[in-house]
Amino acid sequence: MSPLGLYVPGTSLVHRAPAGLKLVVMIAAGVASVFLRAPWQGAAALVVVLLSYGVAGLPPRTVVRQVRPLLWVGLVTAGFHLVANGWERAVVVVGVLAVLLLLAALVTLTTRTTDLVDAVVTACRPLRVLRVDPERVGLMIALGIRCVPVVVGLAEDVRDAQRARGLTASPRAFAVPLIVRSLRHADALGEALAARGLDD
Amino acid sequence: MPVIEARGVGHAYGDRTVLRDLDVTLIEQRIGVVGANGSGKSTFARMVNGLVLPTQGRVSVDGLDTRSQGRDVRRRVGFCFTDPDAQIVMPTVAEDVAFGLRKRGLTKAEAAERVATALSTYGLAGHADHPAHLLSGGQKQLLALASVLVTEPDVLVMDEPTTLLDLRNATMISRVVAGLPQQVLLVTHHLDLLDGFDRVLVFDDGRLVCDDEPTIAVAFYRKSMA
Repeated sequence: MSPLGLYVPGTSLVHRAPAGLKLVVMIAAGVASVFLRAPWQGAAALVVVLLSYGVAGLPPRTVVRQVRPLLWVGLVTAGFHLVANGWERAVVVVGVLAVLLLLAALVTLTTRTTDLVDAVVTACRPLRVLRVDPERVGLMIALGIRCVPVVVGLAEDVRDAQRARGLTASPRAFAVPLIVRSLRHADALGEALAARGLDD
Repeated sequence: MPVIEARGVGHAYGDRTVLRDLDVTLIEQRIGVVGANGSGKSTFARMVNGLVLPTQGRVSVDGLDTRSQGRDVRRRVGFCFTDPDAQIVMPTVAEDVAFGLRKRGLTKAEAAERVATALSTYGLAGHADHPAHLLSGGQKQLLALASVLVTEPDVLVMDEPTTLLDLRNATMISRVVAGLPQQVLLVTHHLDLLDGFDRVLVFDDGRLVCDDEPTIAVAFYRKSMA
């Protein structure tokens, strides 16, 4: 399955909806979320998103996987708002975070990266006047999505190497080799893109 | 076969000279390149498609200069790297193969057909929608190869494509390569991959020290490394 929010093939209504529409809905939801005040509004938004997961044929397990990384940030944020602004605000803020995260994951779970890239390239076409290359922006999106599993893999390698040498978990001993490996990977990727004629 | 030509080629990274006085014309279909780490063989391989431009001399493919006509050279010369993960650009298998066909003026249907053919040729048809990161090392290298070959290059340069693979996968890659109609320039440490090749170049300390048929060149290389 896909713990990383990567495309899961399917034929549901959500899968078949145009990529551009899905992106617009996502952006609109992000803007609209600023205006949410009452807990029931947040709850309603959450219900809508969960229903969409149902329509897309994605199991509850997938939903849990998407929000799990948010757990600690959510707890800290909730704690802060509980003290500073009361429980209602806490529920709305954390609810909105979860809704937006789930919505973004739903887009990548149900949309081929190629379709996302095509939509972004089309949307960026007017930016050509500003000398922005739409294909470049699209490539950036594709590489961003592709790099999630790659960096997760690099992180696992670094952790294994540390364990093999019996080192205890130290944030710096983890971060430095991970950053170095990521940069090396970026170099190799750049070379591969040049070889595939991307800079021509 | 295309003609790969190096004339008076030398290369240095800052003060460190990695290649010197290289004059060679390659017209064979299967060309092997061997040498110790740091001998200059990878630099030479990267020169063939203009990824590295020589600091001295010139490299050309069928008369196209890699410096002034790099774009045309890269259209004709495909490149396969050691680490397949670094070559895979898109998250899923079929999309990665299709990526190379962007901006080539193909219709969606034409592109899809070429992608499907490439996937079935390289035994990846069952993985079209799978995330690339879940493939095995050998399958990833096959994907990288398929993504390059789908653009139908005339020349394929491979820089140690089997170094990270186990024996089974290395054998599979070498079988695929053996069946290609393209001119292949293969840099490798797996000397048995060079059986049946037409010509093998041996590099040592930035110089071409032996240029012969595989049995003679590989024997020379083994002796010099002993």
